[in-house]
Amino acid sequence: MSLNLADGETVAVLGPNGAGKSTLLGVIAGLLRPDSGSARIGGRELFTLDAGSHFWSPPHVRGTALLAQDALLFPHLNALDNVAFGPRSAGSSTAAARESAQHWLAEVDALPLANRKPAQLSGGQAQRVAVARALAAEPELLLLDEPMAALDIHAAPLLRRVLKRVLEGRKAIIVTHDILDAYMLADRVIVVESGRIAEEGPTRQVLERPRSHFAAGLAGLNLVAGSISPEGITTPDGRVFAGQHDPGWSPLPGQTGVAAFPPSSVSVFLGDVHGSPRNSFPVTITDLEPHGDQIRVRASSGSSAEALSADITPAASADLGLVPGMDVRFVVKAALVSVYPA
Amino acid sequence: MKSAAGYHGIPRWLYVIAALGGLLVVLPLVAMLAKVNWAQFVPLITSDSSMAALGLSLRTSAASTVLCIVLGVPLALVLARGEFPGQRLLRSFVLLPLVLPPVVGGIALLYTFGRQGLLGKSLEVAGIQIAFSTTAVVLAQTFVALPFLVVSLEGALRSAGSRYEAVAATLGARPTTVLRRVTLPLVLPGLASGAVLSFARSLGEFGATLTFAGSLEGVTRTLPLEIYLQRETDADAAVALSLVLVAVAVAVVGLSYGRRRSTTPSAVQA
Repeated sequence: MSLNLADGETVAVLGPNGAGKSTLLGVIAGLLRPDSGSARIGGRELFTLDAGSHFWSPPHVRGTALLAQDALLFPHLNALDNVAFGPRSAGSSTAAARESAQHWLAEVDALPLANRKPAQLSGGQAQRVAVARALAAEPELLLLDEPMAALDIHAAPLLRRVLKRVLEGRKAIIVTHDILDAYMLADRVIVVESGRIAEEGPTRQVLERPRSHFAAGLAGLNLVAGSISPEGITTPDGRVFAGQHDPGWSPLPGQTGVAAFPPSSVSVFLGDVHGSPRNSFPVTITDLEPHGDQIRVRASSGSSAEALSADITPAASADLGLVPGMDVRFVVKAALVSVYPA
Repeated sequence: MKSAAGYHGIPRWLYVIAALGGLLVVLPLVAMLAKVNWAQFVPLITSDSSMAALGLSLRTSAASTVLCIVLGVPLALVLARGEFPGQRLLRSFVLLPLVLPPVVGGIALLYTFGRQGLLGKSLEVAGIQIAFSTTAVVLAQTFVALPFLVVSLEGALRSAGSRYEAVAATLGARPTTVLRRVTLPLVLPGLASGAVLSFARSLGEFGATLTFAGSLEGVTRTLPLEIYLQRETDADAAVALSLVLVAVAVAVVGLSYGRRRSTTPSAVQA
């Protein structure tokens, strides 16, 4: 896995549970020691572990403040002294450290909480104080490990807004499950799957034209991989997904690519379909679940394990009598399928 | 009146056995209390030899407690947080004095610091004599009391976890700063109750002290030794002094137990 950050750039790391996202942050922060690898910030070496070199710097000299899911405010210190902890550790006087702490508390709209002990703060308040504490340490690189995950839905938007403000022009890596975090906070997105980078690129590009199944799932899109043909994508098992190529882009036949389409572009039919035969595939329903005011039908085709989704109305689902295990046909409107290179 | 506590599932006959267990502890204390010569109580506990023993006990126990903290805090830290070969073995050995008969500990100390002991010979050459001195009393008490502090503090360290320390380190705090400003404040209640238990154990120490330090009035004769000696000649004095130790023990248990209860999260807020 290789990862580079430009100055002032915020990168979101997305990926399924257990893909190694938090491990990545732990390694950068110096809390976890990998078998091999290297990292540097600017010209400064964090670690180099390979056959020839065993350089490993301890976490306190790295300048990589870590903000975790839990605020982890020191319970014996009030909010102000929690935030002043970083400056104090860097050698500031108590007065200077407190002054800096007040500045950062104001920055996260938490100045009125300065004298409270962590036990007297709500989850959202504690997390904002934790953000101030991380920033007060003046890290060169801020590491955020799902900072919104432990908050209730009312507290998360406020913290997200605070983070958007303070991450502006700051070098940061944010691990998240939430597509909204990626859109609002990150300039660039990295999708990690089973310990390696599956996809990376500017946030909008990755989320609107995903190339990995995980990113497609986050963006709520069906994704089919295969080779590009004049009409669309041909999957390895021979199915053809007709779709729209980018205007002004002429694909090389045989080039690998993907077809992406929203579940709302998929209709469900029983038996054979008459009329347009394009984009009609036999599938087996695996799962039905409410999705907004629609029913999301998940299904897999016999030959490949690739799952596809269709959104239909509850009435249509009831009329068709859909149940898991049923064999049906998915028909995808070719006009709503985007085809692009992988 | 019925309690609203709900079903607790304890069979009634269990209360009978539990009451017997409680009696086994309380009854002897009551019996001793009944034997106290109240008329002579104050003169008995303020006699020269009693005061000397009490003063010596308090001074040596305070010194042992300090020594336990100085040596026990690092021990508990490396046992709870460190990683090194032989860690489990070290833990077993540190806890050994908990189960070892104190008199055996005294003999072991004698063969270490005594005139013919492992270190004693070299110390003797340097002009330092430890056995049968007040220093020996402090060493004997520290030997038996150290595990109490280590066990209590190690438990507190383990339940506190090391996540706060990790955060502190990423904020730029060097390990010594983390220890001083995060780790120790977090486990202060555990450290305090460990120190109180160590003090109590030091105060009650008898076997190792007698073996290693002897029984010289004003030098090594602590309160338990004085009580044992008085029992032969003046039973009333022995009972009166015993009562003093019981009072101290009750105070220590109350202090330690009260502290533990006050470490619940709701009380920490205040």
